[in-house]
Amino acid sequence: MQTVFQKPEALTDVAMHYCPGCTHGIIHRLVAEAIDSLGIREQAIGIASVGCSVFAYDYFNCDMQQAAHGRAPAVATGVKRVRPENIVFTYQGDGDLASIGMAEIVHAAARSENITVIFVNNAIYGMTSGQMAPTTLLGQKTATSPRGRTVEEMGYPIKMCELLATLEGPAYLSRVSTHDSRHVLQAGRAIKKAFEVQQQKKGFAMVEVLSTCSVNWGMTPVNALQWMEENMVPYYPLGVYRDVTAKEGN
Amino acid sequence: MARTLMKGNEALSEAAIRAGLKAFYGYPITPQNEIPAYMAEHLPLRGGVYLQAESEVAAINMVYGAAGAGVRVMTSSSSPGISLKQEGISYIAAGQLPCVIVNVVRNGPGLGGIQPAQGDYFQAVKGGGHGDYRLIVLAPGNVQEMADLTTLAFDLADKWRNPVMVLSDGILGQMMEPVEFAENGEPKQFDKPWATTGAVNRKPNVVNTLDIIADKAEKNMQALLAKYEKIKEEEVRWQEVGTEDADVILVGYGTSGRVARSAMEMARKEGLKVGLFRPITLWPFPEERLCELAKPERQFIAVEMSAGQMIEDVRLAVNGISPVYLSNRLGGMVPTPEDVLAKTREILEGRVN
Amino acid sequence: MPRGEVIVNSELCKECSLCVAACPHGVLGIGKAINSKGYHSVEAVAPEKCTGCTLCAVMCPDVVLTIKRRSPERK
Ligand SMILES: Cc1ncc(C[n+]2csc(CCOP(=O)(O)OP(=O)(O)O)c2C)c(N)n1
Ligand code: SF4
Ligand code: SF4
Repeated sequence: MQTVFQKPEALTDVAMHYCPGCTHGIIHRLVAEAIDSLGIREQAIGIASVGCSVFAYDYFNCDMQQAAHGRAPAVATGVKRVRPENIVFTYQGDGDLASIGMAEIVHAAARSENITVIFVNNAIYGMTSGQMAPTTLLGQKTATSPRGRTVEEMGYPIKMCELLATLEGPAYLSRVSTHDSRHVLQAGRAIKKAFEVQQQKKGFAMVEVLSTCSVNWGMTPVNALQWMEENMVPYYPLGVYRDVTAKEGN
Repeated sequence: MARTLMKGNEALSEAAIRAGLKAFYGYPITPQNEIPAYMAEHLPLRGGVYLQAESEVAAINMVYGAAGAGVRVMTSSSSPGISLKQEGISYIAAGQLPCVIVNVVRNGPGLGGIQPAQGDYFQAVKGGGHGDYRLIVLAPGNVQEMADLTTLAFDLADKWRNPVMVLSDGILGQMMEPVEFAENGEPKQFDKPWATTGAVNRKPNVVNTLDIIADKAEKNMQALLAKYEKIKEEEVRWQEVGTEDADVILVGYGTSGRVARSAMEMARKEGLKVGLFRPITLWPFPEERLCELAKPERQFIAVEMSAGQMIEDVRLAVNGISPVYLSNRLGGMVPTPEDVLAKTREILEGRVN
Repeated sequence: MPRGEVIVNSELCKECSLCVAACPHGVLGIGKAINSKGYHSVEAVAPEKCTGCTLCAVMCPDVVLTIKRRSPERK
């Protein structure tokens, strides 16, 4: 018998604190697998953000910095500019990236900062116990949209891949999902690609990963996957929104 | 190197580059614009990175990243921009990251104006951002010190793993004076085994400011406070002129320190026994020395371009032994030596209560 | 002899059932034993059916599962 699946080296042995079935854990593993398969663990410097993934610095087995809420792209810029040979990535939630950190992500993308951004979109603020996020769907009930999100009161959810695709800067933009194993494998390939783009010094790469928050959505982990497939995927279409390597016929 | 005539802001910038600066991240605001302009012109040609950030918030977080990655890094701004940086400064202090922050203070609050002022004293020396932390705060009083204290700022930042603020103002920034840079220009080197440089043949390094377990967080805070106590013991700096026999001691830093010095010289010509006490480190404040100087028959005047901020530290230092008065101007107005002298006479003649 | 084998690190399991739902052959089920975190850990209830396809492990958020396979999958 041969081992065909095991914990990647780029994850530490620390047990993750996430709620049962939280797909943050899957996404952590995919990032770690990408780091392992490219052999860049010793070069990697990760930037943890503020949200449920704040403890990412305990889980990734590489150098890490923990950034203030929303500022991870600026921190990553600060690191990458002085250590261009290192591989620098951020790991951010939707409140972090698409609300308080909107300026930082847009400008990092516009400058085509040569970093990799892992953007976890779970349509809610997980850590602060379930408030409305910039990506909360219309009609979705949260602690701060108890009757469901309405356009009149709260406006529209933000589609980050589409928004950043209006800029010249990004080299790679892709939206993937974690609602079943086929899509998780696809997400893993996109994340690996986003690191390769940085290795090739092509510029800003972001993967938006649709993720569940069963606890704050108020459903079982298995039902959350189904809810995500039926509600989030139609509003946030999966696919590649920018890939400069494809243009070059690579 | 020969003495050259330079603007204060340029002397500061040149000194920073000579100190081995590897990155400057900033955002435009008057009256500090000569600093980023100098950096943009020279730093990339001398092995460093210059980047104009999208905001002061982004700039200070870029500083956090680069400081965490182990290089000498700085930012500069002026009052409203420094307010925006406070969150990042608190994180940098908590993460014990070395960096230099220049505040070329202008009058405020609000958008205020672009005239020189000292209204950011409390913000600089008492915290400014959230939580129990301290910046080392250096207050240059002339163009030579704009250079020398900037060099010192980088060394202190690395020595103590602490952010250091250079507190200046528009007059010091614009003023031209001769300045000399040290011949043996090699910057001091500090080992940074904690920096995130890639975990090659070692365990991963983590730059972190989160502490959710209360008893552990308290221990970490106590360690931080112990560091601040050592800084107080070792790093207090000030200048004293004519204090031995003084009936009145003028206390002022930066531009108001210069004004106070002129007032003191005028007073001495008139035969009045007036001395000057100029704090160079605003934190740690030279409180012990001021306390030694205090006696019931001696009076102090805090000379400020703020509404009575530093005077609180002077009063705490003299601890009720001596009376302390205020001579100040606000709104970007600079006190004249004549103003200060007039106040000194009033006090000596007992016309102030 | 089954083609594959699932090894469960029970201490890490959080009883979320994502692996149970992901397995195409019904190999896994929530067991009776409780781990130190208070969760009923998953276990192989029909180990003989395992093909070593790794789909359960792919869906596990907590890297609980290690998978072994008899021979490398033909591509
Ligand atoms: C300046 C600041 N404002 C607010 C907070 C509180 N806060 C912590 S996490 C969070 C939201 C996180 O949500 P998200 O980024 O979507 O990540 P998730 O927890 O859902 O993974 C907020 C508002 C903070 N830590 N700092
Ligand atoms: S609150 Fe939501 S996002 Fe946070 S760990 Fe739990 S399930 Fe995951
Ligand atoms: S997916 Fe992982 S954590 Fe969830 S039940 Fe299965 S083994 Fe346990």
